[in-house]
Amino acid sequence: MDFDFDRLTLVEARRLLESGACTSVQLTAALAARIRERDPDIRAYLTVDEAMAMRQAEAADAARAAGQNGPLLGIPLGIKDLLNVEGQPCTCSARLLEGYTSPYDATAIARLRAAGAVFLGRTNMDEFAMGSSTENSAFQVTRNPADTSRVPGGSSGGSAAAIAAGEAIATLGTDTGGSIRQPAAFCGCVGLKPTYGRISRYGVTAFASSLDQIGPMTKTVEDAAILLGVMSGIDPMDSTTLDMPVPDYTAALKDDLKGVRLGLPKEYFIDGMDAEVRESIMAAVETCRALGAEIVEVSLPHTQYAIAVYYIIATAEASANLARFDGVRYGRRADGVTDPIDMYGRTRAQGFGPEVKRRIILGTYVLSSGYYDAYYLKAQKVRTLIRRDFEEAFTSCDALLAPATPTPAFRVGENTDDPLKMYLSDVFTATTNLAGICALSVPAQPTAEGLPIGLQVLGPAFGEERVLHIGHAFEKKLGAS
Amino acid sequence: MTYETTIGLEVHVQLKTQSKMFCACPTGYGAPPNTLVCPVCLGYPGAMPVMNAEAIRLTVMTGLMIGSHISDYSKFDRKSYFYPDMPKNYQISQYDKPLCEGGSLVIEVDGEEKTIGITRIHLEEDVGKSTHLARSSGVDFNRAGHPLMEIVSEPDMTSPAEAYAFLQALKQILLYIGVSDCNLEEGNMRCDVNVSMRPVGQAAFGTKAELKNLNTFKGVQAALHYEVERQTELLSKGGRVVQETRRWDTDQGITTSMRTKEDAHDYRYFPEPDLMPVVLARDEVEAIRAALPEMPRDRRHRFAEQYGLPVYDAGVLSADRAVADFFEAAAGASSNPKAVSNWIMTDVLRVLAERNATLDALPLTPGALAALVGLVDAGTINMTGAKTCFEVLVDSGGDPARIVESRGLAQVSDSGVIESLVDKAIEANAQSVADYRNGKKAALQFLVGQVMRESRGKANPPMVAQLLMDKLGG
Repeated sequence: MDFDFDRLTLVEARRLLESGACTSVQLTAALAARIRERDPDIRAYLTVDEAMAMRQAEAADAARAAGQNGPLLGIPLGIKDLLNVEGQPCTCSARLLEGYTSPYDATAIARLRAAGAVFLGRTNMDEFAMGSSTENSAFQVTRNPADTSRVPGGSSGGSAAAIAAGEAIATLGTDTGGSIRQPAAFCGCVGLKPTYGRISRYGVTAFASSLDQIGPMTKTVEDAAILLGVMSGIDPMDSTTLDMPVPDYTAALKDDLKGVRLGLPKEYFIDGMDAEVRESIMAAVETCRALGAEIVEVSLPHTQYAIAVYYIIATAEASANLARFDGVRYGRRADGVTDPIDMYGRTRAQGFGPEVKRRIILGTYVLSSGYYDAYYLKAQKVRTLIRRDFEEAFTSCDALLAPATPTPAFRVGENTDDPLKMYLSDVFTATTNLAGICALSVPAQPTAEGLPIGLQVLGPAFGEERVLHIGHAFEKKLGAS
Repeated sequence: MTYETTIGLEVHVQLKTQSKMFCACPTGYGAPPNTLVCPVCLGYPGAMPVMNAEAIRLTVMTGLMIGSHISDYSKFDRKSYFYPDMPKNYQISQYDKPLCEGGSLVIEVDGEEKTIGITRIHLEEDVGKSTHLARSSGVDFNRAGHPLMEIVSEPDMTSPAEAYAFLQALKQILLYIGVSDCNLEEGNMRCDVNVSMRPVGQAAFGTKAELKNLNTFKGVQAALHYEVERQTELLSKGGRVVQETRRWDTDQGITTSMRTKEDAHDYRYFPEPDLMPVVLARDEVEAIRAALPEMPRDRRHRFAEQYGLPVYDAGVLSADRAVADFFEAAAGASSNPKAVSNWIMTDVLRVLAERNATLDALPLTPGALAALVGLVDAGTINMTGAKTCFEVLVDSGGDPARIVESRGLAQVSDSGVIESLVDKAIEANAQSVADYRNGKKAALQFLVGQVMRESRGKANPPMVAQLLMDKLGG
């Protein structure tokens, strides 16, 4: 047994398992050992249930010995701590859910389980997915494996860091305004935010219901394509999933970009953006041109309103979604409560962190009688304009190229006192969620000091094959150069 | 100054569906606490609602029955407020796009008909049920998520009696179309009342109070009587009514203030992002409309006219849909609808009341009742035999002609047989014979009774009377 487990991709791991070169038990144990060794410095995982994972791995090995196979048979995955896995914790990195054990599988989890996946552990995140650095976790700060003085991004920071640190083959994240793509860009891995309605949200602890979407975080675009294929499809438990065919996403992964027309939205190449990010993305554009793509400039004129619109809609929905955390049925209830109001007040005061409280208050405010029209309703109207921007742009190109983030990973503590600056790190990603379309972040040329940078490929609704194809061709070319 | 009363009602009706509004949990009453629950109706993290199509259909049916406009586009909204019996601390309800808008209901008070407008009908989910113990409280979430239809009336009622009649009329329609069991004890129907007073002739409404905790129709009426008196007294003393929510105290028979307008909730409605809007195709709505039963009020008028029944009888027969359907089926198979009506009004309804049963629990069929009426009309059996036959029919069903035959219930109209019985009766009851001959006509009835007893109820009573009179020289 002499494999480089920490660099293993999903495709490679599957090949090892299928050839009998290693077992799921060996693979799972090796990853658990790697976590024990590396995670004290990174802190990507909140919990690793090695015993449960080993039982799943043993079952996978037994199934394989009995002649069965599955797209993910025996593959261990790290799961963001807001996705429900039956019998595992689901704290959402919140004090309020400390000690909570989920009674059911999310639909995406059930599909991964049916495909043979092993659930290795729960990855850290910003509390209830609210944040862009994973510093809002109530339990621990995750470090960026590329530079441990820096944040891994967020909110799916644990999932991104686990991959970058070789503590996972692949992980799941969720993306409400960039929570998959921004940490993927910061940590140097692949992150896909699928089209709204592509993967069931049933079992995703909701932050903003009209924006949330599960997505894969992986080492390669091909790995992301595999996980997407397993999780996608209509779900009777989620009325917002669409009955669209689920293609074999790996079949779309061609190595060139001949005949592909790529748009550069001018609003995403703004003054004051980090010079190295600009340089890396422009180099990526040239790489795509060299692969055969035609490059055109497009405009998304309402981009400047995206952050304002996003923080109105997301917080409004969050204020209702998080109302259920009241200490009545589950979670940590404050001690010695005297009446319901006292119970709500103290349970929520103790159970929520400052950023979550800030957003609940914001969301409550924008929905209040007398303010609804000025904030929520207007934001919905602007959201429609943003969606139309994209529809218009996709009439003249197949996909868009843009930076995933305005800067590389910032330092731990750098933005914690300035929520607005923190919010602006979502400026290139939040529009995707508002428009309901899909987007991929794939590693581009890093900075001189080795900090990862993400190239974002944005596609129209249900354009996953297209963005995966473009990301894959770019990834191959960059890897070869 | 004299004041007039303005009353509007908001009636919550639990729909009769197999499963809850947004999950697959069964609906049910009386199950052990928190046994009919799942992550969805308990509001667990990550759980999502899925619409119950049957609840939509039942609401549309109700709307069509009362002449509502059925919205081809409606949507669900989140109504936020914190309460321990509310799993998500928001209720999925409908705010500005309800399923049904407009409509009306005709009520009758003291023989006078009046039309009460309906503002809207919307669909929402029920909440759990709190129980308060000495040192703690508990919540049972079995009821949480039960489909709940809210019917809002216009402020068209002007007396407690009208409010009571409205609720009765509404209940009758709901039962007619089977959308709810309307069992008040099980909380199937719950009512909030808005009531205000204004000087007669004033156009603007007075300040209203909203009354809650009204669990029976009688309670609604009693609370309204109390409230009308309270507000009238307040106003006539120069005071002002405060806009507030008041709780009806059943035991003391008074209303007390719960909360005033100042601490009213801001529900922060916004569209439910987890559900798609409800888009109803015209042909779907028309298919529901085509399957609707006749309104009870229309049926009453038709029964009176078509079958020549007194309006009162027609009202009794049409009040309950199963009874009305039974009557129509039996009357259609009989040449004597009036007799069919009499059987139902007296005997069938009596049996149902005695057994606390519904018609479908009786083995008696409409065809059998029609046949029974036919046997009586043909003189095959007399009423005594018919009653015996009826008891057999309600106990074990069957064909009346066979029952008459197998039990020997046929009426004896053979004059020879009857004559011998009459002779025996005259011989055995000399005193009565003498009385009759002395002018005590009532003695004849006694003698007829003796003959009937002798015949074990089977003799043809008019023949017996006639023969007796002939023999006694009446």
